[in-house]
Amino acid sequence: MSGYSADTRIRWTEWLPWVAAGAFFFLLPEYLSLGARILIFILFALSLDLILGYAGIITLGHSAFFGLGAYTAGIVSTQLAINEPFVQLAAAAAVAALLGVATGAVILRTRALTLLMLTLAITAILLEVANKATWLTGGADGLSGVKVDPILGFFRFDLYGRTAFLYCLIALFLGWWVVRRLIYSPFGAMLTGIRENTTRMHAIGAPVYWRLVLVYTISATMAGIAGALLTQTNQFVGLNVLGLEPSGDILVMLILGGVGRLYGAFIGPVVYLIAQDYLAKQYPEYWYFGIGTLLIAVVLFAPGGILGMVDKLRDKWLSLYKQKSSARASAR
Amino acid sequence: MRLTKIVALAAFALVSAAASAQTVKIGFITSYSGLNGNLGPYMERAVRLYIKQHQKELPPGVKIELIIRDDTGPNPDKARQLAQELVVRDKVDLLAGVIFTPNAMSMAPIATEAKVPFVIMNAGTSVITTRSPYIARVSFTLWQSSYPLGQWAAKKYKTAYTLVSDFGPGHDAETAFMQAFKEGGGNIVASVRVPLQNPDWAAYLQRVKDAKPDTLFVFIPAGKTATAVMKNFSELGLGQAGIKLIGPGDITTDEELPNMGDVALGVTTMFHYSAAGDRPANKAFVAAWKKEYGANETPNFLSAASWDGTAMIFEAIRQQKGKIDPDKTMAIFKSWKFANSPRGPISIDPETRDIVQNEYLREVRKVGGQLANVELETFAAAVKDPWKEQQKKK
Amino acid sequence: MILYVISVGLSVTMGLMGFINLAHGVFAMAGGFILSTAMARFGVPFPLALVAAFVLVSLGSIFLEKILYSRLYARGELSQVLFCIGLILVAMAVARLIYGNLAAPVFLPDYLRGQVQVLGRDFPTYRVFLILFSGVLILSLWTGVERTRWGAMVRAAVDNRGMAQSVGINTKRLFMITFALGSGLAGLGGALGADILPVQWGYPFEHLVYFLIVVAVGGLGSLRGPFVAALLIGIADTACKYWVPALGAFLVYAATIGILLWRPQGLFGVRA
Repeated sequence: MSGYSADTRIRWTEWLPWVAAGAFFFLLPEYLSLGARILIFILFALSLDLILGYAGIITLGHSAFFGLGAYTAGIVSTQLAINEPFVQLAAAAAVAALLGVATGAVILRTRALTLLMLTLAITAILLEVANKATWLTGGADGLSGVKVDPILGFFRFDLYGRTAFLYCLIALFLGWWVVRRLIYSPFGAMLTGIRENTTRMHAIGAPVYWRLVLVYTISATMAGIAGALLTQTNQFVGLNVLGLEPSGDILVMLILGGVGRLYGAFIGPVVYLIAQDYLAKQYPEYWYFGIGTLLIAVVLFAPGGILGMVDKLRDKWLSLYKQKSSARASAR
Repeated sequence: MRLTKIVALAAFALVSAAASAQTVKIGFITSYSGLNGNLGPYMERAVRLYIKQHQKELPPGVKIELIIRDDTGPNPDKARQLAQELVVRDKVDLLAGVIFTPNAMSMAPIATEAKVPFVIMNAGTSVITTRSPYIARVSFTLWQSSYPLGQWAAKKYKTAYTLVSDFGPGHDAETAFMQAFKEGGGNIVASVRVPLQNPDWAAYLQRVKDAKPDTLFVFIPAGKTATAVMKNFSELGLGQAGIKLIGPGDITTDEELPNMGDVALGVTTMFHYSAAGDRPANKAFVAAWKKEYGANETPNFLSAASWDGTAMIFEAIRQQKGKIDPDKTMAIFKSWKFANSPRGPISIDPETRDIVQNEYLREVRKVGGQLANVELETFAAAVKDPWKEQQKKK
Repeated sequence: MILYVISVGLSVTMGLMGFINLAHGVFAMAGGFILSTAMARFGVPFPLALVAAFVLVSLGSIFLEKILYSRLYARGELSQVLFCIGLILVAMAVARLIYGNLAAPVFLPDYLRGQVQVLGRDFPTYRVFLILFSGVLILSLWTGVERTRWGAMVRAAVDNRGMAQSVGINTKRLFMITFALGSGLAGLGGALGADILPVQWGYPFEHLVYFLIVVAVGGLGSLRGPFVAALLIGIADTACKYWVPALGAFLVYAATIGILLWRPQGLFGVRA
């Protein structure tokens, strides 16, 4: 597991995702709407990784923030007629953060299954509220008629998803930068400490509870922004953003990629969404057979997710290499 | 030698290019997974069956390519992404399908922006067609069935209780029924909206029983939920208490009837399609369906709408000789009439691009040992969406 | 009530064994399908079909336990959750492949239909039967866990597996049997409930939340917990639907939150 490390310089490999994203933009212009979707889910997964991977908070209700952000951005446009994308983003972030503080302060006193259920129940209540408040949210028909002005008055959200892709990419980059700064800070180290041994962190006098609330709020804010991005690229909000499914999906994606590794949040959504996209087109009726098998295989054979497997292979290779070189040295 | 080869190749390439230009691509989005993912195949099968039977009627050289996508249930952002891809990457000439209202709503702006005609084969909330000038609906609206049902019920019963699922179509059905029932002099005892995912109906139905209305109007999404309601209705003895169960045809869909068993007997519904309808066109349709997909399979209203929708698309292709121009296509859609639909004569209302069709009063009866929605009478002929008619007057 | 029978099985695997078995609904679904198939295709009478559902699901779960679950006992919650989601997805696809898209038809025998008069009010016969049946079930289970040698062994093994093993308990086999029992109960619950909660391929996902609520509210590691929780939530939910139908599903979730904040271990939870 990565965590607090003295060397916080950005390694060259860490630029790879951004190079890949750039290449994607130029090489696969026809897949940009899928690309934007993936970027949004990466940001969402990153926010979950922050609490799950680093602080060890297990949740099945992260879509509460995602959905709330999505609805806030939409409602700001439909009710207040504010179509400026950055204002919508800020509003979504603020509302999600508020809910994060409010619920975090209450539920973070519990752990494990109880916490899981609480997060789930809160999401379920939000879903019911959104369903009932038809005048505000459009109910089960979804919130349509969301308008988003061109970014900086110039870049319009086009049919090909070019603007959407770049816009999401920039948002993701900023999110990544914040998370990276956080986890390599003393604050990040403290979170890892709480995850690994809560009692000891209490013992050394760390304000465990408040740290958890803080990181939960930050994560909620990011999830809210991810939700708002989804609204802006789709100009539509559906009730499903608040459902159990996105919460479950994002958890699956993150674990698939590798929890607590920062880049697991990048790999997971990419693999999951592309696999889903491909399988759903090939076998529309039975695609989850493939996804399910993939999941079981990952759990059984690659517990650290895909990145964990990569690490293992690298270690093996390195040790082999060392053996060889030491063998060579001794032969000399 | 080489030159001739090249010329031959070039000529071949030209010919094949010309041929491929005559391929009409239809992007077909429906649900194969998720909530009610069982319904998608009913639509796809109907489309494929129509294409198979009527391929010959297309202008020579014109082919249809169907590109199928799964929107994974009521998942508007997925539906929108798929529609975007179909338009941008696959360059489809038409969009079609869609079971869920939110999905259709999220796709509407794409149809508008890309100018791709969009044929809705199920989603039944009234407002959908107002969301894009490139939408035409061949299925139904809930107002179309619930409003006439209210008129009919007002003549027979004095008091009614309504029970609907708490989502757009449910609200439509409730409002339409209540309005017509009240206009006819009836009295609504109470109206209850039930969460969409509701596992147990006993409590709601017990309350109905205690309220003792003459009739209970129910709308819930087609499928197994309806079966659960029927069973509870009979278990709690509402029938014996003299309460009559009525609703739009969604509550007794043809494919669910065998699952409901005898408890469904006597349920009266208003709808535009029944597999048991005795029109020759419908008999031929059902027979072809059974021949293609097996004797135990029965088409349902989604199949009928998809069948008719494909017929409409064929008409547009024929008239334009395989070249689909969006605006011309919409013009053809608007004036489209089809006398031989399995559901009787239908047409598209040129003003609203919505379906105009007959509404039949049906009752669940046993026909040759099998339960069926037997059409008793054509209650209202050529019904336009009542909601839109009212909006116009306002 | 039916939720209780299904969740009591979940309480056995989750509570007694400490495995977060989200895939529990899969076994319930299997039970429902077996009942339907046995009755419709082979003409097996209803009570026998129930037994078949219990036995077959137990046997199937032993197989799954051997090849898959047993590898995961020692793993963290996350792996277990992920694994279960995977299993649910696979099971749903398989169920759809075999049984197609429609819910499995279930027809009760005549003697369980209609209503019975209790205290001057009509009650559906089948529901009365269910309540009695689950009452018997809970009693026998409770005696089983609290009063027999087997129960003592299971409790010992969960508290401290190493210690249990060293005093000569074959924990591997014990866990297998316990797991089979839990799954069998799920199968039985699914079969019993098939008339009320229609069995279709989407089943494991749709009812997941309800099962979880019952177990979480009741508390892990106890049998009384889920029983009381199911009863409480069932009654509250029904009463809410009856008196204030406009509130819909709010109450269940609100109650869940309330109870969990009040007693984070659940009503009768032994451990956090």
